Amino acid sequence: MADRERRRTLRDWREQLRRDTTAHGGHAGGPVPAVARWLDDRLGLAKGTRALLRKPFPGHWSFLIGEIALFALVVLFLTGTFLALFYRPDTRVVTYEGPYLPLKGSEVSIAYESMLRLSFEVRAGLLMRQIHHHAANVFMAAVVAHMFRTFFTGAFRRPRELLWVTGVALLILGIGAGFTGYSLPDDLLSGTGLQIAYGILLSVPLVGPFLAFVLLGGELPNPDVLGRLHILHVMIIPGGLVALVTAHLAILFRVRHTQHPGGPRTDRNVVGKPMFPTQTMISGATFAATVAVLALLGGLYEINPVWVYGPFEPARVFAPTQPDWYVGWLEGVFRLWPAWSIHLFGIVVPQPFIPGVVVPGLIFTLAILWPWIEVRWITHDREERNLLQLMRDNPVRSAIGTAGLTFLTVMFLAGSNDVLAALFVIHLENVTLTLRTLLVVGPPVVGWLTYRWLTRLRRRDVEEARAAPRGEPRSRSA
Amino acid sequence: MAGDPRAERTIRRATRVAGGAFLLAVVGSIGLFVVYVAGGNTQLEGLFLFLAFGGGAVALTVWAKILIDEPDLIEERPPMHSSDADRAAFEHAYLEAREAHDPATRSRRRLLTRLLVLAGLSLTAALGLPFFSLGAPPGAALFRTKWSSGSRLVGFGGNPIRPEHVNPGAVLTVFPEGHVGDGESSALLIGISPQRLRPGVAFMDTVQGLLCFSKICTHAGCPVGLYREEVAELLCPCHQSKFKVTEAARPISGPTTRPLPQLPLGVNPGGFLIALGDFEEPVGPEFWNIRRGRRG
Repeated sequence: MADRERRRTLRDWREQLRRDTTAHGGHAGGPVPAVARWLDDRLGLAKGTRALLRKPFPGHWSFLIGEIALFALVVLFLTGTFLALFYRPDTRVVTYEGPYLPLKGSEVSIAYESMLRLSFEVRAGLLMRQIHHHAANVFMAAVVAHMFRTFFTGAFRRPRELLWVTGVALLILGIGAGFTGYSLPDDLLSGTGLQIAYGILLSVPLVGPFLAFVLLGGELPNPDVLGRLHILHVMIIPGGLVALVTAHLAILFRVRHTQHPGGPRTDRNVVGKPMFPTQTMISGATFAATVAVLALLGGLYEINPVWVYGPFEPARVFAPTQPDWYVGWLEGVFRLWPAWSIHLFGIVVPQPFIPGVVVPGLIFTLAILWPWIEVRWITHDREERNLLQLMRDNPVRSAIGTAGLTFLTVMFLAGSNDVLAALFVIHLENVTLTLRTLLVVGPPVVGWLTYRWLTRLRRRDVEEARAAPRGEPRSRSA
Repeated sequence: MAGDPRAERTIRRATRVAGGAFLLAVVGSIGLFVVYVAGGNTQLEGLFLFLAFGGGAVALTVWAKILIDEPDLIEERPPMHSSDADRAAFEHAYLEAREAHDPATRSRRRLLTRLLVLAGLSLTAALGLPFFSLGAPPGAALFRTKWSSGSRLVGFGGNPIRPEHVNPGAVLTVFPEGHVGDGESSALLIGISPQRLRPGVAFMDTVQGLLCFSKICTHAGCPVGLYREEVAELLCPCHQSKFKVTEAARPISGPTTRPLPQLPLGVNPGGFLIALGDFEEPVGPEFWNIRRGRRG
């Protein structure tokens, strides 16, 4: 009886709601679920949520790149959790007795064995592993693309400097996550990356040996290092990622999106589709599309086949050794930097210190400080800016951007100088020499060309605007 | 617009596409379920997961972009900063909260605040101490390896080596006996005819036709894995440092600045190769006090 009673009440309420919304000029759509009323009785959310429903979101395809990064990160967390249930950060050696015949009877670490078990024995384990690795690549690619989009359109200007800073911090953490993950399988490749990290830590003047021993637990290989990388990879770095993403989104929510100029859009308004239903569905579609592409890659595109690389053995290595692409540019500086080690008052500044610590440190510092550098030396613009720019609107910034991009591209290529040499059948020394030259000459040339091209475009815009009748919008904003 | 037959047709078609895509997503999920229960197959799992999510993506896109097609909303965007009145009110509230019920004078409060900062900093420093539990300072460890005078050279299999078994042109990874697989001690035993050695260079060619170098690259510590016999060059595959064996492993190209340290060789009464001591210099990447530290 009570049940029927309650059902009737609910029906009445829905009916009432429908009448109310129609009376107030709204659509007589589906009724709000009872759970919403239950929640509102306890939390009083209706007023705030109503505003949220109709919050406008400026739309442009390039605004989805950041969302792709976010969704790839969600996939990384989900697949990573699954992997963590099977992975064992243990360097003790066992005899492999699993189903992968080429390694049967080999002496492998428990960590490596757990990777083989994940790949060959856990159902859907290989899919999870491969989706995880692909998602890491997609995450980093989306973060980098998002960063360049933000840079070239001036989306980092006041009031969005904090978004820029948290974004660069996310990029750095992402590289850290990628590197620690790369080292976990304890295969031949991962051990090599770790060895290089040890060499870089060791190179820091005065504190290097101490740092290397404290962070990595001593000379490599040692029994502690995998456990430490594991905790970094599954707890400390993800914690930082969650904190930074939360901050990034909260700040975004407060300062709201930028928008491209044109139509009714100005610096003092927000024009776009409402959060509900359109933006929610577009974001949902972006999420589904991201997962779909990652699933396809994970299922069909083999990545990091650790069983081919074989278990880690300290005195073995294979050529060519290649880092993941987002570490490639760091590796590139490392390969191009000349054989200079500095001796000062009996203290050695080893060769790896400058390309391994100083150069990346400078690049990231410049990146983080860019919004302030630009205001201080280029634009002197301290106003709030909510309209995006074209590259030609700020030719100096764009020229510095393309120069930087050239610099990174050359460094990235240098990270594969041995592969390039083999591919084009040229001497490695010639590849290195060419890339060194390009690294010095390329950025200024590209920057100068960009500047010339953009100022010419801008001049043409001005002439067209002058030729057009007054009040006519400029062609690009039409 | 409701009566427009073209719009009507578009809506019908879009509904069909979105509906079909949602059904495809269902098919994908069922397929995934079947494959999983049947024992799993990475490729099919990926394909069906792709269908499941791809169908949803297509359906949502069609629904949001074609069926709903809302007009843009326009909202004013006030400047980010709070109004002057709000800022003043905040400042007032803060000052009042700080001072209204605190009888201390301004200077005493400043003293207390400074002591609070001092206490906070010292506590932070104390909390940092467990950091030092993470590893012992390296001490002499960086200056020595497991080699000592009399250690026999053994291969990966643990087998000792007789000098007459290493032909000119041969290269062999060796370890001190009892420490097979120890990275820092790994060394390369190279057979090379004495005529090829460049005169005037200091070699530890204490056994005719044999040289032994650390296998750990002096740049970043990768194993120096490649040897080109015809030019007697060792190459590190990580950053392409090249070492000339006939010039005591002097670096001839690439980023490194230091030759590979040599291991002094000897032959024991049993006729097996032994080391006459540790490497002449610390192995591996450089560090700041590599020139001033001592071996323990």
